[in-house]
Amino acid sequence: MFGLDKKDSTLLLIVAVLTMFAPFILNPFPEGSALAQFNAGYPDLMQRFVIFGIFAIGFNILFGLTGYLSFGHAAFLGVGSYAAVWMFKLLSMNVIPAIFLAIVVSGLFALLIGFISLRRSGIYFSILTLAFAQMMFALAYSVLTPITNGETGLQLTLNDPRVLGQSATADGSIPVTSLFGMEMRQTFQLDMGAWLFQFNVGYYFSAVIMLIAFFIAIRIFRSPFGMMLRAVKSNQQRVNYTGLNARPYTLAAFVISGMYAGLAGGLLASMDPLAGAERMQWTASGEVVLMTILGGAGTLIGPVLGAGFIKYFENIFSKINDNVLHEWFAFLPDGLENFVVFVMHPFIGKGWNLTLGILFMLVVIFLPGGLVEGGQRIAKLFRKGKAKDSAKPTTKPAE
Amino acid sequence: MDAIFLQILNGLDKGSAYALIALGLTLIFGTLGVVNFAHGALFMLGSFCAVTLNKILNLSVETIDPTKTDFLGNPLKVKTPYVQAWFGDDFGAAIIDWGVPLAILFTIPVMIGIGFIMERGLIKHFYKRPHADQILVTFGLAIVLQELIKYFFGANPIPTPAPDAFKGSFDFGAMLGMDPNVIIYPYWRLIYFGFAAVIIGAVFAFLQFTTFGMVVRAGMADRETVGLLGINIDKRFTIMFGIAAAVAGLAGVMYGPINSPNYHMGMDFLVLSFVVVVVGGMGSLPGAVLAGFLLGILESFASMTQVIDLIPGINQIIIYVVAIIILLTRPRGLMGRKGVMED
Amino acid sequence: MGILEVKGVNKRFGGLQALSDVNLSVKENTVHAIIGPNGAGKSTLLNCLVGKLIPDTGSVMFDGQSVLGRKPYQINQMGISRVFQTPEIFGDLTVLENMMIPCFARRDGAFRLHAYESVAAEKELAEKAEQMLIDVNMIEKRHMHSASMSRGDKRRLETAMCLVQEPRLLLLDEPTAGMARADTNNTIDLLKEIKEKRDITMAIIEHDMHVVFSLADRITVLAQGTPLVEDAPENIKGNPKVREAYLGESA
Repeated sequence: MFGLDKKDSTLLLIVAVLTMFAPFILNPFPEGSALAQFNAGYPDLMQRFVIFGIFAIGFNILFGLTGYLSFGHAAFLGVGSYAAVWMFKLLSMNVIPAIFLAIVVSGLFALLIGFISLRRSGIYFSILTLAFAQMMFALAYSVLTPITNGETGLQLTLNDPRVLGQSATADGSIPVTSLFGMEMRQTFQLDMGAWLFQFNVGYYFSAVIMLIAFFIAIRIFRSPFGMMLRAVKSNQQRVNYTGLNARPYTLAAFVISGMYAGLAGGLLASMDPLAGAERMQWTASGEVVLMTILGGAGTLIGPVLGAGFIKYFENIFSKINDNVLHEWFAFLPDGLENFVVFVMHPFIGKGWNLTLGILFMLVVIFLPGGLVEGGQRIAKLFRKGKAKDSAKPTTKPAE
Repeated sequence: MDAIFLQILNGLDKGSAYALIALGLTLIFGTLGVVNFAHGALFMLGSFCAVTLNKILNLSVETIDPTKTDFLGNPLKVKTPYVQAWFGDDFGAAIIDWGVPLAILFTIPVMIGIGFIMERGLIKHFYKRPHADQILVTFGLAIVLQELIKYFFGANPIPTPAPDAFKGSFDFGAMLGMDPNVIIYPYWRLIYFGFAAVIIGAVFAFLQFTTFGMVVRAGMADRETVGLLGINIDKRFTIMFGIAAAVAGLAGVMYGPINSPNYHMGMDFLVLSFVVVVVGGMGSLPGAVLAGFLLGILESFASMTQVIDLIPGINQIIIYVVAIIILLTRPRGLMGRKGVMED
Repeated sequence: MGILEVKGVNKRFGGLQALSDVNLSVKENTVHAIIGPNGAGKSTLLNCLVGKLIPDTGSVMFDGQSVLGRKPYQINQMGISRVFQTPEIFGDLTVLENMMIPCFARRDGAFRLHAYESVAAEKELAEKAEQMLIDVNMIEKRHMHSASMSRGDKRRLETAMCLVQEPRLLLLDEPTAGMARADTNNTIDLLKEIKEKRDITMAIIEHDMHVVFSLADRITVLAQGTPLVEDAPENIKGNPKVREAYLGESA
């Protein structure tokens, strides 16, 4: 299918089915039930799943294939967001030109930054990208205020020209982002018994784009270009002495992953048309690194899993507070209950970052291959178990 | 001329902090070959050692002063810090006033301990892992430390004042025979610079004149060979890590009065300190110190109104710009030579 | 006129004159060995040929073109392939993938953005790579993770990776260094076979006399950075100068 082999086609199909039916799959618990807080089928959250999935898929093209660890990828996400919002301000509320400009601008930034950073490798590269991102963050906050609107962040106003659209709607409010008239915020609701399912235009739009992005990533992984990138990661000396110029290969990978980040940034702005400098901060760059590693760097599905995992738990953990904890552990004796809540308190609510940091360390220490590797290990255990079973003399007569 | 001198002075305190952090980073990178993204967090922890000591010193006992009443007519409750209760009013107050310098004594063992625990408990297991893994795990640790501090101390900066004797500024220019009122310089910044100079000198002297330092320097040049000689280099490296942590911590303690400690100060300084290390030359201690002061001073020049008027925002990015230029023209930094401590 | 002409090459590292006035001519379709005691400058010379070092003075011409100032990948694209002393292969990749990469490099040049094509569709190159693996008796290992192979197999793979590029000059840096006798003999057999089956020019840097005398058509003896003699193998054996250079070192 589309030039993929059977295994990759199956993977793509599975991901496609999962994303298309996500509003059902992510809402397994009936409304109003105690477990409803674990539902994730809200438009806002589902959008974040797929958009950060795109971000991580792109990051993985650079880090997973070439081994170059960029610590400044959030800068491209931020640039993409700014570019998209400017398009909404100047041109129209249609998301297509906005996303297009986001990709182009972030690609250009990636070209410039990659050209300089890739002259060095290893830690120097990581530090250079970090320095560039911090520099852009500082600029966005201060001098570039006319473009970025500084601390407040870039927002739409009623005075924006929007030459191909309208500055304000008939009732005097700011128009909303749309795809040729289909509003991104539009949500169809389906009541089925106790369940409520929400189908959001913005989510489906982002999901389709993620599927395309995922498909392109598979093609890149299976291409000669992808093979060259893995060769660069494995042994740069041999690459040079095999007549290959590593620099343009790594630069191309850097630009492609920068464009993925820009696409993600553009999509974020399309769902909610504002852009702020904090999207470019090093913590945001660190988060995408974590998503990729947690899922499994260098694997196809890993980054998507990692992004979903982190965004899901970010949402859950931020919602939990002490009251919720007390409810959960009410079955324990009072003293113990209070103690458990006390111990868990730093990790929940605003403590999500602490949980994230600990998760980060645990993954790097114990599971460098990420969830994918973890899954493979478990699968192996199962197979071993089965093999043992079949090796045992069977008492059952063969049928 | 005066203006230039003033800017150099202004750059010294930040430059000192950069130099001290970069020194520790370089020590760790040079000896252990590990890139420590948690080093900024050590600087921050040092600062919070001072905060903690201040809090301890201000622990108060509540007594009722029968001679006075509050505005409701009830007997007035008076809080007296324990130290004042124990050591007498004046001496106790002096101890509290001198909290920051006293914190140095408190910080050194604490930071060395933290350094030991970090190296033995975590970093040790990452010597043979790829650099990327080292970066990631220390990065995770930095987040954890920062968030813990935020959890316990809150998100707002906590003022840690200098002793009264060193508060305020003095006319440094007049002391040097220049026109009065041109170069007004805060006492504490000068003290910070002097303090940094002493620590840098001590670290260099330690490496230069002790057997321990000699082995460490040899280890920085060629780790395997020294290991083959039968010298227990690992143990020495643990100690080295403790020292680097202490240097970062001391830099943090004394920085409190200049900039009130907050939980994210570590990362703010870390990114710049990395740039400093890269500019100075990875693995070069003199390079780290030189680049630290150089970039600190450069930053203060870039903050002059005349310069900002000319190139807006230059003060925000000057260090990065310099780093990029240096890396492109001298890839190994000002004094760097791979794996070798001194040129 | 040889395919590789080294003229008057000097290279200095601080106070050490690593190479002084080296002249060397490698004729097409011969095996030319460069021998010499430790520190004679063999590796320095080799690094000057592949673009890792640039000589202070002198010229290095390959097929009438200067290689000086060119990057290693450019020199490879001119037709010089290098086998390293410790095998440099793509350890994370399978044996077949290791072979495909030089095939791509030969066909597509130093860089091509073939990001949307499929490796699986490159039947022709895969056949070429597999044929080469058959030639070096490694075809049954083609799906193996190359890092997990023995050192001898890695060397064999690296040689095959160079050969599949059909280089005009193959440089070998101590191809049997650190190998057990059996592996050494295997390597000698492999190189002999290559020499017989293919029209190829080889320059070998070697320490092991046994290897040199079993393979070389021509030998240059390097001592203290300067060529002592250049002659056929049978003449080298009895040459007193060579003995002195070697015995002087080993004594």
